[in-house]
This record gives sequence, structure tokens and C-alpha cells, in this order.
Amino acid sequence: MSSKANRSTPLGLRISAIAGLLFLHLPLALIFLYAFTTEEKSFEFPPPGLTTKWFGVAWSSRPDIWQPLYLSLQVAAIATVLALIFGTLAAAALSRARFFGRETISLLFVLPIALPGIITGIALRSAFDIMSIPFSVWTIILGHATFCIVVVYNNAVARFRRLNGNLVEASMDLGANSFQTFRHIILPQIGTALLAGGMLAFALSFDEVIVTTFTAGQQTTLPIWMLSELIRPRQRPVTNVVAVFVFIVTLLPILAAYYLTREGEHTGGSSK
Amino acid sequence: MSFMSPAVRFQNVSRRFGSVRAVDNVSLDIEPGEFFALLGPSGSGKTTCLRLIAGFEQPDEGHIEIFGETADGVPPYRRNVNTVFQDYALFPHMTVGENVAYGLMIKGVGKAEREEKAKSALAMVKLAGYESRRTAQLSGGQRQRVALARALVNGPKVLLLDEPLGALDLKLREQMQEELKSLQTSLGITFVFVTHDQGEALSMANRVAIFNEGKIVQVGTPSDVYERPTSRFVADFVGSSNVLSPEFAATHGGRAAWTSLRPEKIQIAPQNALVPAACAHAKGIVTAISYQGAVTRITVATEKLALIATTPAGTDVRKGDSVSLIWPKSAMVAMGEGA
Repeated sequence: MSSKANRSTPLGLRISAIAGLLFLHLPLALIFLYAFTTEEKSFEFPPPGLTTKWFGVAWSSRPDIWQPLYLSLQVAAIATVLALIFGTLAAAALSRARFFGRETISLLFVLPIALPGIITGIALRSAFDIMSIPFSVWTIILGHATFCIVVVYNNAVARFRRLNGNLVEASMDLGANSFQTFRHIILPQIGTALLAGGMLAFALSFDEVIVTTFTAGQQTTLPIWMLSELIRPRQRPVTNVVAVFVFIVTLLPILAAYYLTREGEHTGGSSK
Repeated sequence: MSFMSPAVRFQNVSRRFGSVRAVDNVSLDIEPGEFFALLGPSGSGKTTCLRLIAGFEQPDEGHIEIFGETADGVPPYRRNVNTVFQDYALFPHMTVGENVAYGLMIKGVGKAEREEKAKSALAMVKLAGYESRRTAQLSGGQRQRVALARALVNGPKVLLLDEPLGALDLKLREQMQEELKSLQTSLGITFVFVTHDQGEALSMANRVAIFNEGKIVQVGTPSDVYERPTSRFVADFVGSSNVLSPEFAATHGGRAAWTSLRPEKIQIAPQNALVPAACAHAKGIVTAISYQGAVTRITVATEKLALIATTPAGTDVRKGDSVSLIWPKSAMVAMGEGA
């Protein structure tokens, strides 16, 4: 009896945990709720009525959504591909080599995600200015790639470190060149980590605002569109509909990434 | 072919890591069909030599030839040499069958043919029927057999084994020693293996190269290196030995040189026992007796130095007894240098 009492969480802790969860997630619930409200000018609580018409409106009579959506998907996709290539290469290099300054370089790779977005944004903006690079879709993509690489790098480097170096030698010993070894031995073992890193990178890029503000020219990504939409008085719930969409588009990859890396750790452990 | 080129030839090979000479001016010929052991303590350069043959390392100086062809600059995947790794390095995401067939798959051998070959390779190492198992399901001994099959299925000219029995328990080790030997005899492939276990080297190899500090200190058959060590290091490292100083050797029927005397060559006799003409002797007092199962190790303090003798178990000598140690003069092996 007493051991059971010891194991159960104290009431006070439970209440604060629940309060914390509510604090984090109630605003999310409100976003969902207001996507269904009948009041279009202000967010009145409780909503006077519920309707699904805003989904229809967003879909058919708001063409201004599609351009930002398309741009956000494009930016996220290209930034993710860049991150997958460079993040994997960096992880492969840094997990294999032992040299002076290795930890420093590793830190430099991770820094963009630790730095406030505003610093990254200002730094990139002035760099683009100095190099007289006009702001375009590509400057947004480059800006996003800085932190997308980190996510891929972090995922890949952890897996590379677990990868038994002898496997690469064994593969080469059995006649495989570097490319074949990567294809048949390394890729199958870091694949889930890359997929997870890629999905996280995609999700991060898709809803990024700060770096985008600094690196975009006239282009509007979906999060920026939402921000500008909040000021307008008309059809407010449409913004919420888009928010729900963004929520789903970013949550699903993050969840998938979570399960992929968890499974990876599991199989990594069982093969020992 | 008028002459047979050696399976592996090292010509003045050196390999440095930073300021450390891991392999220091090594020259060595390993003949085709030999079961060759690279024996030495850890850090003596034996594993680096194996990696030089495999191609994972390139020599900083000197040349390596494999069956008469230069291996300089040839990457591991273009050498007709395969390795059984110390930790086996089986691919965890593949089945046993896929592991064994990997080399063939890389070479572009068709699926049916490589499965057939993998199957017979597994049968050869007594793992028939294990094709679809996961490597995680195997015991240490089974993993090693898979590693062996995975290497042999490619028909290498030289098979390299890195501490092949290091991770196995004693019983399994003895069994694998026998199997490796008979496998090598039946296949006729040159086997080169690295070990720090002198018993393993002596019992398995046709010839042994003994390494110390990056250099080969002696090459010879197991009985050569055991019976006629040329240095104190070899005498000490291969089995245990009494190392006699030049003065002691000279006054006890030998030459004035550092001399090795194996404990099992020494007989323990009563103090006044008759000494045959071909034998030398020394008197002393028994200071320690250590029972070791098949033999008993007896330490006797003579006037000058303590000698160790091993006798078959069941000796009636007691601690404190005054005894006479008798050994054939021919058992005293003078060693080249004093080192």
C-alpha cells in the first residue's frame, strides 16, 4: 500500500501538470473552434454559432491563399532537399573524422537553430545586401536551409555515430566501392534518421516567419499571409481554417519523425 | 610460371600514425597455402599489418605485393582478399543469407546463383538452413561462422582473420581452432590471422611472425619459435621461459649469452642425485609450488636466480625442500641479442 502511495504522483504536481498542458493547448483548441464560428469580424466567446462554411470559402472564393501556399510548399521542399544533401554530408564527415576543432565546427553547424531567428534573419539580410543578391524565392530558401540543415545534421550525426565503422570496411572488403557502400550499407541504416530529419526540416520551414520576413522580397509565404490577414477585418475565420491546415501539415511530419527515430533507436539497441 | 610468387610480400613496409611507427620496416613473405599467424602483444603492429594487406591502410614506405601483383594504391574493394573482422561486422539490416551473398551481389552475380553459393558457403561452416535468420538472433559462435562464410564465398586468394577467436569462450574456441584448421586444409587458401594468444598461434599456424613494437622479431614454425627463441622477448612471450644471464649460462654448461631454458625441460631431483654427463644442474630451495591441473609449477631459488620448473602433477616436493635441478645442456638456447 505504502509503495503504491509513494509511486503515485502528488496531487499538487498533477494539478500543475494539467494546468501547464491546458495553458499550452487551450489556445490551439480556440484556433480550431474559431475556424467554425459564424461571427466573421471579431473573435467573440462563446461563438454565436458554428458553421463549416469557412472551409468552403477558403477553398473556392479566396484565390489569395493559393499563391502563398504554393510558395511555402516550394520553399519547404527545396530547403529540405538542400538540407538533406548538405546535412548528411556534414554529418558523415564530422562523425568519421577526428581532427582539431571538430567540436567547434559541429557547434557552428548547430548554431543557426540556437540563435534567435531575428539574428539569423538580420545576418542573412545584410549578407545578401552586401553581395547585391536581389531578394527572391531563393533567398528565402537559403534562409530556411540554414536551420533545416541543422535538423537533418543532428538526426544524421546521431545515427552515424551509432553506425559501426567496421561495417563500411566490411562492405569495401567484400568488393563494394564508396557509392555501393553508401547505397547498400549506410543508407539503409541512416534512412529513417534522414526521413525524420527531412520531415522536421519541412515542418520548420513551412511555418517559419522571422527569417522569412528578413529574406523575402515581395513574396508572401503562408505564415506571412496569415500575419497580414490578422489585421484585416473581413472573413477572419478563414485565417483559422488556414491555421488548421498549417497545423496538420506540420504536425503530421513531426509525429512521423518522432515515431521513425524512436523505432530507429529501438532497432539500434536490439542489434547490439 | 617458373617460380611461385609469395601470397603476400612485405618489402620494408612502414606505417606511421602521427609520430608512432605502428609498423616499422617490416619485410615478410607469406607462402601460398600457409596458415600464417601474426602474433604479438597489443599495439605491436600485427593488426596494422593485417589492415595493410586488406587495403584499409596504405604503407607510408615500402611495398606490398599480393600474389606477385603490387597492392600499392589498390583500394580494398579491388583486392582479392577478404577479412573476418574481430567483431564480425555483420550487416544488421540484412538476413544471414543476404550477408553471405553481399559480395556476390556487389559483383553482379544473379540472384539464383548467389543464393545457391551462399547456401553452400553456410553449409560449409555448418550453418545450413540459417539463410533467413536475422543476425541479431545468432550466438557469438554462429556470427563468426557467418562472417567466415561471407568472406569465403567470394573465393579470396588470401583470407585475413582479425583475432578470430578472441570473443569466444574456451570450449568454443578450441572447437573453432580445429574447424578453421581443417577448413584451411581443405580449401587450400592462404589464411593470415592476427592473435595475441600464443597458444592459439602455436596450435593453428604453419608459421608464426612475432611482433614487438612495430617490428617482426622472429619468423618461424611454431616449434622454431618455441624451441629456439632468438630473443628474450620471444622466449618470454611464447610460452613461459627461464631467461638465464650470460654468466649463469656460462657456469652451467652453456655459452656466455642470454639463454632461454623452458620450465618443462628442468627435472627436479634430490639434492645429491647423480647428474648425467649431457646435463647441467643447479642446487636450490623450493620457494613456491603452484598446482595448475595437468602440471605443477615449482619455483626454486638457486644461489643466483630463481628458476621455474614444471613437472607432471603429483610431485611430492614440498616448499622449503632442498633440491637439485637437472636439465639437458641441449635445452639451453642461446639467444642472439641481449634485449
